[in-house]
Amino acid sequence: MKFLNKLTTAAAVSSLALGATLAQADSKEPIVIPTHNWTSQITMAYVIGGIFESIGDNVSYVPADSQAVYESIRNGDVTIAHEVWQSTFGKSFNNALDAGGIIDVGTHASVTQEEWWYPAYVGDLCPGLPSWEALNDCAHLFETAGSDGKGRYLDGPMDWHGQETLNRIEALDMNFTAKFAGSSGALWAELESAAKDNRAVVVFNWSPNFTDAGAGGSFVEFPAYTDGCKKSDGGDGKCGSPPAGWLKKAAHYQMPKKWPAAYKIFNNISFTKSDIGNMAALVDVDGMSHEAAAAKWLADNEATWKNWL
Amino acid sequence: MQYFTEHKWIQFVALLAVFYALVMAIDPATGGNLWRLQETRFWLLPDVVNDGLKFLINDFWVVEVYDAELDLTEESTMMKEFTRGLSGVVLFSINLIRELLLGGVKTVVAFTSWDFISANEWARIPALPWPAVAAGAFLTGHYLGGRNLSILAGASTIYIAVFGQWTPAMQTLSFVLVTVPLSFVLGLVFGTIAFKSKTFEAILAPLLNVAQSMPHFSYLIPVVVFFGIGDHAGAISTVIFATPPMIRLTILGLKKVSPEVLEAGMMSGCNSRQLMFRVLIPSARHDILIGVNQVIMQCLAMAVIASFIGARGLGYELLVSLNSLNIGQALELGVSIVLIAVVLDRLSLAWANKQIDYLADRPFHVRHRYSLAFLGILIVTSVIAYLASMVFPDKANYLYFIHESQGLSTERFWDFIVDWLITNTYNSVQSFNFFMTTSILMPMKEAYLSMPVAATLFLVAGTGYIVGGLRSAIIVTAFIGFIALTPWWDRALITAYMATFAVISSVIIGCSVGILCSRSPRATKVILLVCDTFQTFPSFVYLIPVIMLFGVSDLSVLIAVIVYATIPATRYTVEGLSNVPQTLQEAGSMSGVNRLQRLLKIELPLAFPHIMLGINQTVIFSLFMIIIGAFIGTDDLGQLIMQSLSQANGMGQGIVLGLCVAFIGLAVDHLIHTWAEQRKKVLGIA
Repeated sequence: MKFLNKLTTAAAVSSLALGATLAQADSKEPIVIPTHNWTSQITMAYVIGGIFESIGDNVSYVPADSQAVYESIRNGDVTIAHEVWQSTFGKSFNNALDAGGIIDVGTHASVTQEEWWYPAYVGDLCPGLPSWEALNDCAHLFETAGSDGKGRYLDGPMDWHGQETLNRIEALDMNFTAKFAGSSGALWAELESAAKDNRAVVVFNWSPNFTDAGAGGSFVEFPAYTDGCKKSDGGDGKCGSPPAGWLKKAAHYQMPKKWPAAYKIFNNISFTKSDIGNMAALVDVDGMSHEAAAAKWLADNEATWKNWL
Repeated sequence: MQYFTEHKWIQFVALLAVFYALVMAIDPATGGNLWRLQETRFWLLPDVVNDGLKFLINDFWVVEVYDAELDLTEESTMMKEFTRGLSGVVLFSINLIRELLLGGVKTVVAFTSWDFISANEWARIPALPWPAVAAGAFLTGHYLGGRNLSILAGASTIYIAVFGQWTPAMQTLSFVLVTVPLSFVLGLVFGTIAFKSKTFEAILAPLLNVAQSMPHFSYLIPVVVFFGIGDHAGAISTVIFATPPMIRLTILGLKKVSPEVLEAGMMSGCNSRQLMFRVLIPSARHDILIGVNQVIMQCLAMAVIASFIGARGLGYELLVSLNSLNIGQALELGVSIVLIAVVLDRLSLAWANKQIDYLADRPFHVRHRYSLAFLGILIVTSVIAYLASMVFPDKANYLYFIHESQGLSTERFWDFIVDWLITNTYNSVQSFNFFMTTSILMPMKEAYLSMPVAATLFLVAGTGYIVGGLRSAIIVTAFIGFIALTPWWDRALITAYMATFAVISSVIIGCSVGILCSRSPRATKVILLVCDTFQTFPSFVYLIPVIMLFGVSDLSVLIAVIVYATIPATRYTVEGLSNVPQTLQEAGSMSGVNRLQRLLKIELPLAFPHIMLGINQTVIFSLFMIIIGAFIGTDDLGQLIMQSLSQANGMGQGIVLGLCVAFIGLAVDHLIHTWAEQRKKVLGIA
């Protein structure tokens, strides 16, 4: 409760601060930006850091676990989070919101899609894709040693969506089992190894992601999502994921007061799907370091980000 | 009947028979509490722990804190202020060393303010040119240990620089240069207090056990909540992990000091402080030095995990490159971690062995020749670096700093090897995979999951009783009973199944390799070096290649675990066999035994207690790695520990789950220790 009270005061104060325009200068203490372990997030951290630095603020970067970071934002050890994915981090983020100390700074322009996904060559192995019925008919192609004669779908870590996948397989009566990978790295390793062998795989994936570039792949098409169709929302569970998930930004509740100018910019920042894809491609495809990729992105897209100042 | 009481194996067979009968008799559908303990109040434990810790940090002893910059008074708690103060000190030390090596402003900020730094561009510490640091490493090596050491230290530094890993390596180095001395001092202090006070030792012992066997991931969130995120948080969790072996070895060393030495000290009129620092600690230095070695290894082993909560450096880079499947780069980073560990270990050893120079009245330039040489090199390299950047302002300055993109790399080579392995061995590996999974692993998992709680507890208690009497029976049953009371019994059974399989395989491989290598002194040396290397080599590196070969499966996890857990089995076998007294071996040879008989009848029985300690370590190592295996994808306790990172009551759940894992390890540890002690007494080598 105490934190909630603080939060409302902070929100009130922040609206005042914004209303009074930039009467107050930003603190020179560094704005702490977390870096996680995937490319677009790290590059975007340096891009946002670069934008903050361009108005004379100090920034520092700290490696952090992508789930644990929200607790740190609440405590003020980290100032912002710039890639809050709906289905993956929604739970951690909402828990932190309930506990207080963190503010929701709006969404990016980019919408996100998260669904069963297969690399392009699998389309040739199993004609009829991307429909889920066709996938189900090819289930034997996706068999593995541990899948007990059924097709295997490699899901993300259990804490990302938990029971949802199992519910869907059961509701649609699919000839598949789900195996939960332990990390995104495990997903990519499985994809890479399958591609070398031209082996059929279907894994959990999302977009924008580095897999959008290169040979690519497609999402499986499930029966369309409607509000309340999920089993956990009381529906029959015979539907896919929502087609457009949000990608949010979050900040420590004192940021509007301490760095009013930076907060205003952060509020305006809104990356599109192609922005995020480009940032990732500079590193994953062109082999640049994250810092260099960020510098290049800032130089190439000056018009975009100068607009946010 | 007498035969039964005298022969433990018969008792054990009887125990197994009853266990089997119980398993058959208890029906899952109607067994109720005998099958799985039903929900009790105890299930609330994670919430209680969570709320307790939250209360401690958020609501206990509230104080007002004034924030000068924002001009408002904030509520905080004494605990928070204390932990944040402590973090500040640790962070300052890390930043100080880091900025001496890499340059930066945070140290200056500590004495001034961010406003001052922003207003004064010049107020920053410049980075040392890497040739100066390499020369420093070379000179330090030469000063402490002569030519070989200087080459090792210098060459390692050059490797790191040339391969473009300067920044992360120096970040890791600065981190380690704080955590190692901190763990060392804490270990020494707690160790000496425990040596002096029996009560303190009794309190400390179980805490040490738990700290050493608890998976790191289970205390990451509490550390973040209490200490914040960043290098200091990483350092604090590293210290929690690295101090226990130091404490243990200090106690062990001090206890071994013979009373004559102590009395000689007293007779010479030492006061208690002199007795401690001039007599006891120097006499115990052999064990204390092993402690230092352990501390260094543990600190670097934590490099990767510490990066989850904000430690910068090689560990973080390694995680990022693994996640983008850059195995070659990850390997190079891993090599740097090993090099730092080896160099620090050798340097500290040489430093401890260095005689104090009593002929100090030599001229200034002779006494300080190393410092003077370093100063000279520093000036020369700085001037060169400065001139180079003046003459070629746009070019990369290799003499000052080699950036990641400019460094050498063997990445392509490694990526090629991995490619080759996957494309050429995949099919044969698949049939192996299929066989293992369907014929061994899945049936084994089913068998474990079909064990009723009552039967399992009976088996555990019975084993405890046979091995160590009533006391052991109570201890191990309490450990396992705790797990049965939590909602995670099935999960724990899966962990146990993986641990059993991994330990059996590792012990078979490790002991065979150990026995073979112990036959020749040269092979012994080589294998010990290999063990050292693999122990510090970050185990995360194995995770990605095994997935590529075996997919996301239990087998992948187990192979990674076996690679890691074979190390202690091998090491202890080699050590145990080479420590068998020469006289006994000769006595055997004189009685006319051949080599094989000598090995089977003399060396192995004598080395057995020591080998059992190795198996004990194997169990602990496998449990650690099984939890890390959650990154591949498991459905055991480890998966839940990872999950607790994102849950509302995650702190409590993580800790209780961590305790479950620790208790499995401790139960095994207790049994093996008790048994090894008895054997030692029987063999007269205790």
